[in-house]
Amino acid sequence: MGIGQAFRLSIKSIVSNRMRSFLTMLGMIIGVASVITLTGIMQGATDDTMSQFSELGTNNITVAITNTGSRHVEVDDMYNIVDENPTIFKAVTPNVNAGYTVKNGVNSVDTSVIGVGEDYLDINQLKMTTGRFIQYSDIKTRNNVCVIGTYIRDELYDGNVNIGDSIKINSQLYTVIGILEESGDSEQGSGDDRILIPYSNAARMANIADISSFTFSAIDTELVEAGEKILDDYIYSVMKDKDLFQISSLTQLLDMVEEMMGVLTGVLNGIAGISLLVAGIGIMNIMLVSVVERTKEIGIRKSLGAKKKDIMRQFVIEAAMISSIGGIIGIILGSIGSIQLGNLFKISAVPSAGSIILAFTVSATIGIAFGYMPANKAAKLNPIDALRSE
Amino acid sequence: MDNASTPLIELIDIYKIYKMGNTEVRANNGISLKIYDGEFVAIVGKSGSGKSTIMNIIGALDVPTEGQYILKGQDVSKMKDDDLAAVRNKTIGFIFQQYNLLTKVNILENVELPLIYSGMSKKDRKEIAMNALEKVGIADKWKNHPNQLSGGQQQRVSIARALAGSPSLILADEPTGALDSRTSREVLDFLQTLNSEGNTIVLITHDQSIAMEAKRVVKIHDGQIVFDGAVEEYKETIEHGHRAGI
Repeated sequence: MGIGQAFRLSIKSIVSNRMRSFLTMLGMIIGVASVITLTGIMQGATDDTMSQFSELGTNNITVAITNTGSRHVEVDDMYNIVDENPTIFKAVTPNVNAGYTVKNGVNSVDTSVIGVGEDYLDINQLKMTTGRFIQYSDIKTRNNVCVIGTYIRDELYDGNVNIGDSIKINSQLYTVIGILEESGDSEQGSGDDRILIPYSNAARMANIADISSFTFSAIDTELVEAGEKILDDYIYSVMKDKDLFQISSLTQLLDMVEEMMGVLTGVLNGIAGISLLVAGIGIMNIMLVSVVERTKEIGIRKSLGAKKKDIMRQFVIEAAMISSIGGIIGIILGSIGSIQLGNLFKISAVPSAGSIILAFTVSATIGIAFGYMPANKAAKLNPIDALRSE
Repeated sequence: MDNASTPLIELIDIYKIYKMGNTEVRANNGISLKIYDGEFVAIVGKSGSGKSTIMNIIGALDVPTEGQYILKGQDVSKMKDDDLAAVRNKTIGFIFQQYNLLTKVNILENVELPLIYSGMSKKDRKEIAMNALEKVGIADKWKNHPNQLSGGQQQRVSIARALAGSPSLILADEPTGALDSRTSREVLDFLQTLNSEGNTIVLITHDQSIAMEAKRVVKIHDGQIVFDGAVEEYKETIEHGHRAGI
C-alpha cells in the first residue's frame, strides 16, 4: 500500500468519525493556539517595552555626584572627558533640576526648571517646534533665555506664545526662545511640564557652586559599558570614595527587563508545552480506542494481505494527520488571537514565523510519536483473533 | 485426481498444539493431506473437531506447531507474519461466513483491498475489481456500502473480493452459514461454477449436506482425518452408517 493510499484512508477515517476527530484535535488546537498567541503577545510586549526604553535613551549614562567642600568635579572636566574620548562619547550635559514658580502676568504655575547644556536636546532625543535651543554663548554669558514645554505654553499663554515673549522664573525675567515638541500629551507632570534654561543660570538661581548631575551620551548602546568605566575611573580619581558618586545607565535595567520577559515567555511556553503534551496523550488515548474498535477491520485487512508496515502506516498517518490538522487550525486561531489580543492590549503582537514553524513541527511530531504505540499494537494483532472479534 | 503432478497443497503430518495452563490441546493431531489444482474439497467436521485450525493453517493465517505445509511449492510452515501476509495476498482468496467486508467503504473499494496490498496501480485494480463484481452479478451496485446490501449480495461481494486477486486457492469458511436456504443455494451453485471454470476450492463446513456439494470430502474428527474420498463414496458411508444405525 502506497503512502497516497494511506493518506486517503486516514482522511476517510477522520471524516467518518467527525465528532471524535474534532474532539481529539481540540487539545492540539488549544495547545498550538496558546503557544502562538502567548509568544506573539510576549514578543510584542517585549518589543514595545524595549522601544519605550530606547526612547528614554539607552545610550545615556547618568552621573550623580555628592560634591563635598574639599572634593568636587568641574563641569569643564566632564566636557573634557567627552573631547578626549570621541570614539565613545557623543556629548554631555549638566543637569540642574529645581522646582520654581513661573509667571506670565497673572498666570502662574509651579514647574520643574532644568539647567542644561547645549547638547541636552540631542542627548534626550527631544525636538523643537519653534524657535532655537539654548546655545553655548547663552551659557557663557548667563543669558536669561528659556525653552518651554507645551504644558507651560498652554497654562501661561493659553497655547498662544511667541518667540521673544517674556516669562518670570523665580521672579527673574526670562525670554522665551523656543518651544519643545509635545512628548507627553501636554499634561501636568509630563515631559511637557518643564522649562529649560542655561545650566549656568540654573546653578546661580539655586545658589550651588558645583553641579552634581550630568548626562553623557555614548555613540552606541554597546559602548555604554566602556563609557561607564572611563567615568568611574575619572570620578573616583577626583572623589576618592565610591559612596560619593553614582554612575548608572539603562543597560542594566534593559538587561533585567529582557531577562524578565525571557523568563515569563519561558514559563508561558512551558505551560503551553504541557498542554501540547496533554493533547498528544489525548491523541494516543483515542488511537488506542480506535485500534480496539477497529480490530475486526485490522483482521480483515491482514487476512487479505496487509503487512505490519501497512497497518502501522495507516494508524501513524491517521494520528499525524489529526494532530497536524489540529496544529494548522491552532496556528490560524493563534495568529488571529495574538493580533486581536494585541489590539486589545495595544501591543504590536505579531505571530512569529519561528513559533508557527515550531508549533506545526511539534504538533506533527507529537502525532507521530503518540500514534506510534497504538499503531504498533494494531500492527501486531494476530489476524485470526482480529477476525474473530466483533 | 492426477497424482503424478505436484499438489497445490501438501500437508505433511501437521500438529497444532495449544497449551492451556498445564494441559495440551491437540487441535490437529497428525494431519496429512494433498489437494491438487482444480479440486473442490469439503473439509467437514463438528465444532471442536479441529477443522477451523486446519483451515487457518491452509489459509496461511497460522502456522503449525509441527509438520510441514507446502503451498504451491513453498514451505509456509516456518514463515514469518509478513511473508504469510504476502502468501495470503497472492495465493488465497477467502470467503468468510460473516462476509468480513469493511463497512465504511463502498463495495468496489472492498473488492480492491487485496489488490491495494499487492501494490497494483489504481487504474488496473479498478478495472479488475469491476470485472470481479461483474462476474458475481453485482457491478451495478458498486457505489453501495455493504450495509445497504442483503446478506446474499454481501456474500457475493466477498466472493468477488476473493476472485479479484486471481488466487490459486479459494478458501470458503462456512460460506452459507449466515444465509437462508435459497441464497445458500445460489452461493453453492456459484462455487460449483467457479470450480468448473478451473478454480481450486476448499470449503470448510460443519454441515454434511453442504459438504455433499463438493467433489471430494475430508472429514476431521478429534484433530485427525477420519475420511478422505470422493463425494459419492462419502454418501455411501453415510447411508451405510444410517442403515447400520437402524
